[in-house]
Amino acid sequence: MSTFSDTLSRAVTTAKGASGSGRPARRKLLLHAVLVVCAIGMALPFAWMLFSSFKPLSEIFVQPPKLLPQDWTEQGYRTALGGADFVRGFWNSTYIALTVTAVSLLTSAMAAYAFSRIDFWGRRPLFIVFLATMMVPGQLTIIPLYIIMGWLGWVDTHAAIIVPPALFNAFGVFLLRQYIKGIPVELEEAAQIDGAGRVRRFVTIILPLLRTPLTALGIFTFLGQWNNFFFPLIFLNSSEKFTLPLLVNQFKGQYVSDWPALMAATTLLAAPMLIVFAFAQRQIVEGIALSGSKS
Amino acid sequence: MAVSSAGSRARARLTSADPDVHPDRRSRRRRGRDTAAGYLFLAPQLLGLVVFMVGPLLFALVLAFYHWDGFGTRSFAGLSNFTEVMSSQRIQRAAVNTVWFTVLQVPGLMLTGLFFALLMQRAGKLTPVYRLAFFAPVITSSVAVAAIWLWLFNPDISPVNNALRGIGLPAPNWLQDARFVIPAFAIVGIWQGLGYQLIMFMAGLQSIDRSFLEAAVLDGCSEWQKLRHVTIPLLSPTILFLSITSIIGSFQVFDYIYVFFDDRAPDSARTIVYEVVRIAFGEFNFGAASALAFLLFLALLVVTGCQLAAQKKWVHYTE
Repeated sequence: MSTFSDTLSRAVTTAKGASGSGRPARRKLLLHAVLVVCAIGMALPFAWMLFSSFKPLSEIFVQPPKLLPQDWTEQGYRTALGGADFVRGFWNSTYIALTVTAVSLLTSAMAAYAFSRIDFWGRRPLFIVFLATMMVPGQLTIIPLYIIMGWLGWVDTHAAIIVPPALFNAFGVFLLRQYIKGIPVELEEAAQIDGAGRVRRFVTIILPLLRTPLTALGIFTFLGQWNNFFFPLIFLNSSEKFTLPLLVNQFKGQYVSDWPALMAATTLLAAPMLIVFAFAQRQIVEGIALSGSKS
Repeated sequence: MAVSSAGSRARARLTSADPDVHPDRRSRRRRGRDTAAGYLFLAPQLLGLVVFMVGPLLFALVLAFYHWDGFGTRSFAGLSNFTEVMSSQRIQRAAVNTVWFTVLQVPGLMLTGLFFALLMQRAGKLTPVYRLAFFAPVITSSVAVAAIWLWLFNPDISPVNNALRGIGLPAPNWLQDARFVIPAFAIVGIWQGLGYQLIMFMAGLQSIDRSFLEAAVLDGCSEWQKLRHVTIPLLSPTILFLSITSIIGSFQVFDYIYVFFDDRAPDSARTIVYEVVRIAFGEFNFGAASALAFLLFLALLVVTGCQLAAQKKWVHYTE
């Protein structure tokens, strides 16, 4: 069937090419021209951020504005690194995002395994509850969550922003469940004959087969945590506990007219994820396409 | 032979009855053990569900009917929190701002997303390069995005305003002018969110069976007719999904506003979520803030419900 349609489509394009002579080439050129211009337009704010971070303050007010600095200076980065403890913020963001990602992948995979392979009492209604929570906006639960964190003594600690996302990830459970349902039961049966219990089958058979969705989900979770602003803003008060987005926002308040320093701080916040993205573009994009097509 | 019978018994243990034991007793024991194992695997996420989601959700519902600052005594408020927030002019203004932002952002996102997805479908080998440019803002922290645009909207130094003046258009003071501040948020939102829509539309386009389009070509359809009568109907599940998720996201806009204005946003720039945060953590009026958050949630449920109810009229599922 697909060979048939392939043949047909080739026939159609050949026929069109023959009749229209130079037209498709010109259209292709126009297509790429539009895309190139718009892609540059999309990238321009980033370029502006990056190049401005290397400008001396005096060049910011030059009219008309120039993209590239006349004389390059690292003064913006000096001010940024001197004005806020970016090294600590970087460490905070990294270890928080890594911890959440690791724990949430494990607990989500465990829950997904239970939902897809174990016939326990209450499975269906519980799964529906998990799905329904994806509709609940985070702003609705933030107020009671803040009170609960107060009771636990977790306000202004990293536990407040690590534990909830590590122990609850409805989307992750849903995504991994779809995947486990696609793994043939026979693989587990063979191991069961060898006497492997549920835990061993989960660790030695299921987890390795989940590598692709776990990678996509892991990158996602890490990105979400690294970029998260709302929860740390509500729960953290002391600046030595701040994550990078909070630190940059605070820095913005203090250095409001030192644009090169602010752009340097912004670059420090944005660059790590842009670099991750450049290397993992395929996984991220596929993971995103996946997340939509499932619902 | 022995292997296959062991295999079938293993399968029986995984799925249904074991012939050696009376079915009722066996299945009850089996079920009990399965339930124990199931909840063991589920335990961490179940704990999270109860403590960080269902518990807070019920708690929020209770809070909405009380006066409480989080520390002192709690007193029953009846519906007064709801009437208070609904009659507040400030919050009415915030609701109008939120809807205006959504009206600007959602069609902007979806139309540009679809447009570029259609173009990129034909971009061939250069697709990943274009995709990189369009998608980079999606994975960037909204704080970084807002900081960049804080600059691009500053009338004194903005290259955007310079370009606008260059082509003879008025250059507004984006964030200080009450008429332009919400459109400015929408511009930032579209710049940041476009890549996501693009990826989703490209995935949708890829799943369209080419034979439909080829049939349309053979029938002599123009490009526009092909788009209008074949591509868009076949994309309708993607369009429905994106319209639901974008409206939910737009109703919750907060980060940009907070980075642009901290806690000093003018009335013209406030949205519902900004008000929820201000009432809860600025005034410590947890009851009113919970009531407002609940009204937002209800509004989202109604809008999503309407979209799902209307889908029968225009969404086509193949298969």
